[in-house]
Amino acid sequence: MPIGHYLVLSGLLFSIGAAGVFLRRNLITLLMSVEIMLNAVNLTFVAFGRQFGEVDGQIITFFVMTVAAAEAAVGLALVIGLFRHRESLNPEAFTTLKW
Amino acid sequence: MASDALLFYVFAAVTVIGSLVVVSQRNPVYSLLSLVGAFFGLCGLYVLLEAPFLAVVQIIVYAGAIMVLFLFVVMVLNVPREDAAEWDRAHPLYRPMAVRVGGALAVLLALEFGWALSKTSGMSIGVADGKPAVSSVGELGRILFTDYMFAFEVTSILIIAAMVGAVVIARKRDE
Amino acid sequence: MASLIETLTSPPYNWYIAYGIIVGIVFMGLQLMAAVMVYAERKVAAFMQQRYGPYLVGPKGLFQPIADIVKLFFKEELRPKAADAFLFSLAPIISVAAAYLAFAPIPFGAPTTFFGLLDDADAISLQVADVNVAVLVIFAVASMGVYGIVLAGWASNSKYSLLGGLRSSAQMISYELAYGIALATVVLMANSMSLREIVNAQEGYWYLFGSIPIPKWYIFPQLIGFFVFACAGVAETNRAPFDFPEAEQELVAGYHTEYSSMRFAMFFMAEYINMVTVSAVATNLYLGGWHGPFIPANYGWIWFVIKLGFLLFVYLWLRWTLPRFRYDQLMSFGWKVLLPLATVNLLATAAGVLYFGL
Repeated sequence: MPIGHYLVLSGLLFSIGAAGVFLRRNLITLLMSVEIMLNAVNLTFVAFGRQFGEVDGQIITFFVMTVAAAEAAVGLALVIGLFRHRESLNPEAFTTLKW
Repeated sequence: MASDALLFYVFAAVTVIGSLVVVSQRNPVYSLLSLVGAFFGLCGLYVLLEAPFLAVVQIIVYAGAIMVLFLFVVMVLNVPREDAAEWDRAHPLYRPMAVRVGGALAVLLALEFGWALSKTSGMSIGVADGKPAVSSVGELGRILFTDYMFAFEVTSILIIAAMVGAVVIARKRDE
Repeated sequence: MASLIETLTSPPYNWYIAYGIIVGIVFMGLQLMAAVMVYAERKVAAFMQQRYGPYLVGPKGLFQPIADIVKLFFKEELRPKAADAFLFSLAPIISVAAAYLAFAPIPFGAPTTFFGLLDDADAISLQVADVNVAVLVIFAVASMGVYGIVLAGWASNSKYSLLGGLRSSAQMISYELAYGIALATVVLMANSMSLREIVNAQEGYWYLFGSIPIPKWYIFPQLIGFFVFACAGVAETNRAPFDFPEAEQELVAGYHTEYSSMRFAMFFMAEYINMVTVSAVATNLYLGGWHGPFIPANYGWIWFVIKLGFLLFVYLWLRWTLPRFRYDQLMSFGWKVLLPLATVNLLATAAGVLYFGL
């Protein structure tokens, strides 16, 4: 399977994730789109790691997964805090600097 | 092998369709479930790239833990469907400015990727053509605990910090 | 006709037939086990409570499961109007699919040639999928089972279901940690993640004081690990004494309150098949799988079934003997007792393997 196919797929997934971040009006779906972007990057790492016969690609992927998990946890905690305050999950509801 | 190519296209299709549904569905629970489906597609791709341990860890960590966390938050907060009225002003040109610019940026990003990839050489080298794959868990563990030891320890501190932070931020204030 | 048999018993068709037989055995066997468990649970419960249990349908009540299935078949399929139709139907499907899938990497017998169907060199192991990360695959599919429950709670659009679903899934993911660490401990001792190799590492005997043979099963050096695994396994399958989220006296019926007829039957079956899977994994990891005295290695699956039956009996025994935990006691047990115990066990095992070469 040519490496180009994996890179194109990864680029496509990254763009879809970026589109999700820009276009969605719901904080949780926004976080999910960020997860899609991180997964696209994971795929690139693993594909290149396979091509060079190194195991480093997979190891970096572990670290990305771990950081993504930590970031999802803290991000969701923030979403809960924000929701408690403003009763809305639309990012446009949080535009004033006043708390 | 021809079956390898077929499997690649099947898993790639599952992943892309899952991601598209995530980005376009209004009901957050449906987006969540299709993201889990996309993760299964990625798991298949990792198996094709001869990283079985990583594939299973992807299911355990992403689909089994992170997505369950998302699902819990969606249920506890009783997240409503996105406001239908806003989406029914359907035509993209009527959407607020930020959305228009954002959408244009995403398309621009995709086009840039396409252009960059078309100018890259070596795109047709097979993934399996070079050196043999390292897929044994023992080898992975050995390198993780020798070459990447420092990153490993720092990651454990990161996880503890994230745990404590999440608990503190999401805690109910006793007022 | 003779030439047809001739082609069927030569490669590659003989492998297909052998594999088809294994898959058929696993699939049918699991459904049969679910039916047997339905009957056994009621009989064992009855005998423990000094009464007879089902005895009218067939000799000694043996056809009771058939009567149950026919009843469930003919009940009316209800769906609450405000329930999310797609998710309401999807949840039992996910539960049952995860339950069946979890049994795929589990071996239940030594490599066999099916009475000469296969050549000796190609003896096929009695396992649906011989992956070399089998332990992790079981763990991954167990995580998938949580989705069925949480979606059932959400899709029913009813307070009892939502509460039951959330509590049940929170319980399952809490006990998954101790479950995973107990698995990791066995992997550490056996030096491999493939279930077949873990079972093969438990072959043979130690000789205590020079002459008393003790089988090399991992339950003997890992008594604490087995206790952790057993508690976590019982909590994972939402069985007593950890069945607060689906107890009738507490939450009506928890996440499957609004389900009836075939969808309920699927949840019911998924619970029993999960029990069988957890017992099968415990047999392979701690009780030596298909190894045992007096039976030749080829028929090892007989020992496997015996050990599996014993562990399932322990499941039933626990349910009808112990009172159930309150939910906060349950969660604090999982996090504050079982998880530290599992971690300390892992550290001690790692030290033991390093210094004593166990």
